[in-house]
Amino acid sequence: MRNPQLNDKGELQHLLTIEGLPRETLTHILDTATSFVGVTAREVKKVPLLRGKSVFNLFFENSTRTRTTFEIAAKRLSADVINLNIAVSSHTKGETLLDTVDNLSAMHADMFVVRHAESGAPHLIASHVASHLHVVNAGDGRHAHPTQGLLDLYTIRHYKKDFTRLSVAIVGDVLHSRVARSLIHALTVMGTPDVRVIGPMTLIPAGAEKLGVKVFYDLEQGLRDVDVVVMLRLQSERMRGALLPSAQEFFKYYGLTPEKLALAKPDAIVMHPGPLNRGVEIDSAVADGSHAVILSQVTFGIAVRMAVMSILAGN
Amino acid sequence: MKIHIKNGRLIDPSNNLDTQADLYIAAGKVAAVGKTPAGFSANRVIDAAGLVVCPGLIDLSARLREPGFEYKATLESEMLAAAAGGVTSLACPPDTEPVLDEPGLVEMLKHRAKTLNLAHVYPIGALTVGLAGEQLTEMAELRDAGCVGFSHADVPLQDNQVLWRALQYAATFDFRVWLRPQDGYLAKDGVAHDGEVATRLGLQGIPAFAETIAIATIVEIMRATGTRVHLCRLSTREGVAMVRAAKNDGLPISCDVGIHHAHLSEMDLGYFDAHCHLQPPLRSARDRDALRQGLADGTIDALCSDHTPVDEDSKLLPFADSEAGATGLELLLPLTLKWAIEMKVPLAQALARITREPARILGLDAGHLSEGHTADVCVFDPEHYHKVSAAALKSQGKNTPFLGIELPGKVRYTLLQGQIVYDAGNG
Repeated sequence: MRNPQLNDKGELQHLLTIEGLPRETLTHILDTATSFVGVTAREVKKVPLLRGKSVFNLFFENSTRTRTTFEIAAKRLSADVINLNIAVSSHTKGETLLDTVDNLSAMHADMFVVRHAESGAPHLIASHVASHLHVVNAGDGRHAHPTQGLLDLYTIRHYKKDFTRLSVAIVGDVLHSRVARSLIHALTVMGTPDVRVIGPMTLIPAGAEKLGVKVFYDLEQGLRDVDVVVMLRLQSERMRGALLPSAQEFFKYYGLTPEKLALAKPDAIVMHPGPLNRGVEIDSAVADGSHAVILSQVTFGIAVRMAVMSILAGN
Repeated sequence: MKIHIKNGRLIDPSNNLDTQADLYIAAGKVAAVGKTPAGFSANRVIDAAGLVVCPGLIDLSARLREPGFEYKATLESEMLAAAAGGVTSLACPPDTEPVLDEPGLVEMLKHRAKTLNLAHVYPIGALTVGLAGEQLTEMAELRDAGCVGFSHADVPLQDNQVLWRALQYAATFDFRVWLRPQDGYLAKDGVAHDGEVATRLGLQGIPAFAETIAIATIVEIMRATGTRVHLCRLSTREGVAMVRAAKNDGLPISCDVGIHHAHLSEMDLGYFDAHCHLQPPLRSARDRDALRQGLADGTIDALCSDHTPVDEDSKLLPFADSEAGATGLELLLPLTLKWAIEMKVPLAQALARITREPARILGLDAGHLSEGHTADVCVFDPEHYHKVSAAALKSQGKNTPFLGIELPGKVRYTLLQGQIVYDAGNG
């Protein structure tokens, strides 16, 4: 089975998931992003790499933050950006996903940035569109959020340099997290020897070990001597089912407080994909403290998305 | 019409026959096996040299999509598919729209099928009204209308008290109840086996114990009621072991497995291949191997196509949104042969899983070629390998994970009551 992200020359045609991508590809994206970090700090924040190209942000699931960062990244590459909030548009009129995509393709799109509530939707779109089009997965169901995984990777490389000596703990709702899946693949590809997931059994997916991680149900054990702590966002609807009894109990056992963080290495960094639930998964003292690199993630995220879009457009 | 099928390898598992013998058919019945009957002069001679002549295949589950889902398939298209697949008898589950819960609907379906006269259709009646899991159907009336068993199709029957009452009531009349063992709560929203692949793809899982817990419940109720139960579409290794144990305990239990589950596993989902969205889900390779072994040792009585034609639009959706199921009538024989070849199961024993055994489960005097009995016959070329293609499938459903795959076994002729209903020579 050919990797559906690659064209027949083996180049990246779409970015759908980090799984299956070679280390060189990830490194190339990170290195390209480094060159864009300079651009975003300049007075004139534009490069002409995507001039004349149309980038369609297809958001079948609401997200202001991710959509905005993609929009900024595309605009800094001089692309024309069209935002479509389809959750409240044609879908409610009964148009199918692929009908929507066909219509937008007819408007001469060059790139689709897709977010969808169902795992695999970007794969379906990528397998359907004409061969000159590029699809970037901006988050599908629980499956993947590859640009988030890459920006997390970028952030870790920025602060910690060498992946092959790191311990990384990913904490919270791993079951529903596309961020966790993408980061796990990214870290294992880069040769990170110790990747841990920490959470109650209800929020750890079946066979998680097969992803190459160690599973901890106890936060204090799991945090011991790690270099990086990645806190996951806990969605409030998880509290309504039988997955968790309450936000209070979750915070007590899995929330990151300064005391818990003290178990990690003294120079550990704390990451979070945002938006934060203060007092649910993370204490404000940690979120605003000296270990947190959460705002750097946001800044790097734009450079990483610029890198992804420019690489795809060049292939 | 008198037909002489000569020079074929005649395999009739019910009569313990696997030999080079001619078959003589007259007045819709088997006139003789081996020796020419006195005064027999054939209207048509079929040369079956190099071909296998066996009883018409019997499929324990084929959705014909009528009434209610004619845009997915029609009785015409699917019965042509049955004939092209060598299937002469098929049982159809009650999950039509409306549900097969009234004698009138069953009679209409039987009548429509009889008019087309391409295969014998045996409806399985709904166990509860509207498959809603509350009110029992008029099972005796439904039997009189033509139902050969009662089931809840793939719809969960959540209330064990209703299940208990339904099994008691069915046992009163000695009806066989067909159940797909899957706990509805544990399987809720699930679309894939709860394991490595579902975790990787971010799909909601259905744990293996959703099946074993349901089997345990059914078996315990069977012990109390003595109801004859047929378990549909086993999917787990542990499920096979539980059926083996229940059979050893002497319970009147039987079971089948779908053709896809005898060959595929969760790994075949690949990059969200909606053709592999099936119910029950494709499970681990370990489960699949146990199903193949269970079929070989007889724990699993029958293979069935679980034929579910799905329109293309319903598959061109993100995996979880796509409709579950695969077309299967025309793959039943090829996939049975593939299993037999790979497992080194003798051909006669393999064919028993799609002739003699399903006939026994359906309570039919069919699936054999005894003299004086109805001449439902399948003539096929076991050596002919062909690529599965959408264009070649007669079924309106082109949805199969085997598209483009080469499979053994090509049906040459299908005879229903002594009439040729399919002839590969002229389509």
